[in-house]
Amino acid sequence: MNGAEALVESLKREGVKHIFGISGGAALPIYDALSRPEAKSIQNILVRHEQAAAHMAEGYARASGKVGVCLATSGPGATNLVTGIADAILDSIPIVAITGQVPTSVIGTDAFQESDIMGITMPIVKHSIQPRRADDIPRAIKEAFHIAGTGRPGPVLVDIPRDVSQGQVEKFIYPDKVSLRGYQVHQVANPEDIEAAARLIAESTRPVLYVGGGVVNTDAHKELLALAERLDAPVTTTLMGRGAFPDAHPLALNMPGMHGTAYANWAVRDCDLLIAVGVRFDDRVTGNLAKFACKAKVIHVEVDPAEVHKNRRVEVSILADAKDALKKLHSATKARKNPEWRRQISEWKEQEPLRYNENGKIKPQHIVQQISELTAGEAILSTDVGQHQMWAAQFYSFKRPRQFLTSGGLGTMGYGLPAAMGAKFARPEQEVWLITGDGSFQMNSQELATSMIYKVPVKIALFNNHSLGMVKQWQDLFYEERYSGVNLEAVPNFEKLADAYGCLGITVTKTQEIRPALEKARETNDRTVLIDFRVDPSEHVYPMIPSGLSVDEMRLQPK
Amino acid sequence: MIEKTNERSVKDSKHTISVLVENRPGVLARVSGLFARRGFNIASLAVSATEDPQVSRMTVVTHGDAHDLEQIIKQLNKLIDVIKILDHTGEDLVEREIALIKVQAGVDNRGEIMQLATVFRAEIVSLSPRDETIIIEITGDENKIEAFLESLAKFKIMEMVRTGKIALVRGSAMT
Repeated sequence: MNGAEALVESLKREGVKHIFGISGGAALPIYDALSRPEAKSIQNILVRHEQAAAHMAEGYARASGKVGVCLATSGPGATNLVTGIADAILDSIPIVAITGQVPTSVIGTDAFQESDIMGITMPIVKHSIQPRRADDIPRAIKEAFHIAGTGRPGPVLVDIPRDVSQGQVEKFIYPDKVSLRGYQVHQVANPEDIEAAARLIAESTRPVLYVGGGVVNTDAHKELLALAERLDAPVTTTLMGRGAFPDAHPLALNMPGMHGTAYANWAVRDCDLLIAVGVRFDDRVTGNLAKFACKAKVIHVEVDPAEVHKNRRVEVSILADAKDALKKLHSATKARKNPEWRRQISEWKEQEPLRYNENGKIKPQHIVQQISELTAGEAILSTDVGQHQMWAAQFYSFKRPRQFLTSGGLGTMGYGLPAAMGAKFARPEQEVWLITGDGSFQMNSQELATSMIYKVPVKIALFNNHSLGMVKQWQDLFYEERYSGVNLEAVPNFEKLADAYGCLGITVTKTQEIRPALEKARETNDRTVLIDFRVDPSEHVYPMIPSGLSVDEMRLQPK
Repeated sequence: MIEKTNERSVKDSKHTISVLVENRPGVLARVSGLFARRGFNIASLAVSATEDPQVSRMTVVTHGDAHDLEQIIKQLNKLIDVIKILDHTGEDLVEREIALIKVQAGVDNRGEIMQLATVFRAEIVSLSPRDETIIIEITGDENKIEAFLESLAKFKIMEMVRTGKIALVRGSAMT
């Protein structure tokens, strides 16, 4: 057995079924091992660009809760993974990225296709390992999966020099546990912290639950629902937390922050207790920190100690897995009602619901609503980054976690299509939609080929406004409409582009064509469908709290 | 290894922390990279072996307020290769740095310089009468070295090199 075969055997032990990647010189031994009959339980998916491999691994991980795996050769293959790795660290997505490396004998000599990927990715990985002997590979893989998938999840890089993957393994031993003295996971809540939190809860009259990716990552939605109902506390779900709480529930406030709902932002402004769960007080949520939830005491449930007190000093912190903490908070508190608070929130919801203005043109918000209705809120929704992303987050009525795939922290245009496909690999029985824009889609459109070859059809709603819409919105609002670098005038004919890859392309230019096109997409399951919606290019995302400001400066949809 | 401290924390206090790390390639880069990218500064850094061959010790002197220090420790703790961090703020420490100072010393002032060295219990480790230089070695805490440098100010210091601080906690407490 050589190192590459030991790698494949180790991946099998970790239950890996899919690997997304592209081969190359330094990865040849690994690809050779993947071609053997012993590797047949692993599907080796050849993508068209390594960046997409990393995003597919992310989409796969997000949709399934398992660790996603991507693979690339040394040099450019490895550097193409970098954006996906950076994306995964900011959104706490568990992936293992495996790269080929030039042989140890030439490392450091600027050899052909050599790049110091360990060094390049050091600031954006949860950890990285470069095995120096074939015998080190099983332990490296065991550690990589453990580190990627536990605690606050994140990306782990395993960089394997070619002589190591080719080297002979003396004896294959797969460790059954990991012992890393520098890695502790704070999974279980301290009872004193729970008690302190319960006291704050008992004293509060206007509680709000502010929940994020940590609830999704620990599949703690049932515990969240139980606690929210027990405390009669409204729940706002961050971009990474969308789906953690059902939007149709009367306690749901939808999203907070820059493009959050007015009622979520008002609730956070006026609450006297903010129960923050698996969130990091990101600037897109808080705006001006000094004015964020400034009447509230804060309980912070968080698995990563470094997030506690990082942006906001909190009264009580609970270092634990969201699931464990929510369960314990439920047992430590009494059922209650907050009629005054709930009445206030209902008023706000009526006063300023999410809305848009009809003007006979195709409105992107309307399309998202239609998709939400047609799929009964059951589809997996992936997005790219920009205006369409915000409309998708606002107007789709989510039911459960792992349903919404989006690049929250890094804001990676080009994430959407590969992530959608990764989700389809993980959950083939699910209907998977991609909401995208003409700018983002062109950043990884080559993966239409991969979707056809591997029969992972996704349904694409492309909001075509011939521009980088979100940037244009900022130039409209803050730069006196001085447009610079936002006009995508010469976009391709997306219908023909889809056709060129063997997908079904549809162009929608009139409002009455929207519904039939969406229905056609839902009926077509043998190939990817791309609908090019020619949307109103003047549409802006509202509400909007301009960067660094507070809820007092929130701009609402003009009437 | 001495880096100029950035402006943000000049007003803040100095902290000495011991970072015990796995003795592996690349660990220094992980630690120093973390300081750089999160805007924490390193006033002094010394890396050394410990009594355990698998463990290295980094003694870091950093500037910052309580919040900065809390973040530094928490972010360092996230590195898998970091085993343990000890914050020595307010602890009773034995602290040492070494400086080598090359001073121009002719017949006329050599005696005075050597006398000064004796007062500070510094040692003359090299003397070149032909080109009239001496190298003085001084060991001590930061204050002592600063004081010595100050008293040498009227002479011509040609070159100087100084180590980062190393420190151990007094008594049975572990550093």
